[in-house]
Amino acid sequence: MSEAFVTALLELADDHLVLGHRLSEWCGHAPMLEEDLALPNMALDLIGAARGLYARAGEIEGKGRDEDDLAYLRGERAYLNCLLVERENGDFAQTMLRQLYFAAFMEPYWRAAASSDDPVLRGIAAKAVKEVAYHIRHAGEWVVRMGDGTGESARRMAEAVEELHRFTDELFFSSPAAEAAEAAGLLPVRAETRGAWEATIRTVFAEARLGWPAQVWAQQGGRAGAHGEALGHLLAEMQSLHRAHPGAAW
Amino acid sequence: MSVTDLSETRAWEAAAAVPDPEIPVLTVADLGILRGVSLKDGVAVARVTPTYTGCPAVLAIELAVEAALRDAGFDARIERVISPPWTTDWITEEGREKLRAYGIAPPAAAGNSVRALFGETVVACPRCGSEDTEKLSEFGSTPCKAHYRCKACLEPFEHFKCI
Repeated sequence: MSEAFVTALLELADDHLVLGHRLSEWCGHAPMLEEDLALPNMALDLIGAARGLYARAGEIEGKGRDEDDLAYLRGERAYLNCLLVERENGDFAQTMLRQLYFAAFMEPYWRAAASSDDPVLRGIAAKAVKEVAYHIRHAGEWVVRMGDGTGESARRMAEAVEELHRFTDELFFSSPAAEAAEAAGLLPVRAETRGAWEATIRTVFAEARLGWPAQVWAQQGGRAGAHGEALGHLLAEMQSLHRAHPGAAW
Repeated sequence: MSVTDLSETRAWEAAAAVPDPEIPVLTVADLGILRGVSLKDGVAVARVTPTYTGCPAVLAIELAVEAALRDAGFDARIERVISPPWTTDWITEEGREKLRAYGIAPPAAAGNSVRALFGETVVACPRCGSEDTEKLSEFGSTPCKAHYRCKACLEPFEHFKCI
């Protein structure tokens, strides 16, 4: 059981670290100063949650791996994040839609995780659920502003939906490890968050005058370590310092 | 009080006086992030909680609290506590007044809710008191603050977000 829980915690931690890193890539490049502050702010929330999750996974695993070992010394095939979070930032529309998709999933997920049988996860969840509410609001407002904005912004947001929606189903699939942890009452059942997720997204899409996308093939594979090309580049950049200077600390 | 008074009360007083590194007008006690100080086997154990999960100031705060306890003559240790999660409701009344006087609009005593997906809360200008203000950005110079502007006195100001 504990092995499955460790794996499932890594899936969750990797989602947060990878998406946090993606948001940090906007630092210094955002379209306006406020967003240049907002995106790294959210990145901090996500990386903070990842740290807590890695630390817990390492503790339960009991092999002496700490959060840095888990974040910096695992290769691409050992990363278990879903494909949505590793997608390149694209334009601002794609970044905001990706954020909305993920945050709208995490909100009900964290809410349910606050009654996990694992006390440490309960603590992380109770904190993160309040932070992710801000992320939903922030990303949701941008999706509305762009979707119901100018011809150009609406075209870009529609393209973002076209590009990213196929990666959302993977959020609701539980790996065998996650299923075992869910059955043991340690993690929420992923599929059970779909109703809340869809309600949030439909509300925002209606306001944004975006159509609900037609059923498409659900892209998946991240939980098994089968990633797109983009993740390797991200990890190369993120891990280079630690690999060049093992054990480097601030 | 003699220098050999190594009581819990004195340990609390030493730790509680530490200013927050990013909002130095507030102490860690005003902010409510110092959960408690207890003496265990002669060691002062201060329990500190982060405001936000990824708050980069957490380590600086912990080091400052530990240093303050050592300066007061204690052997000291920090315990990071994340549960129950910190909320802005823990900022003391005195802390709220200090924030306002410093030019930061204090948080309202209410939680953050997704039901307020696109709802706006009224934030009064800390300088002129007008409620005719507008939000410029949900995210400010630190994770715990948002940017606002007062449409009455035209001054920009920061708002300590409810969480």
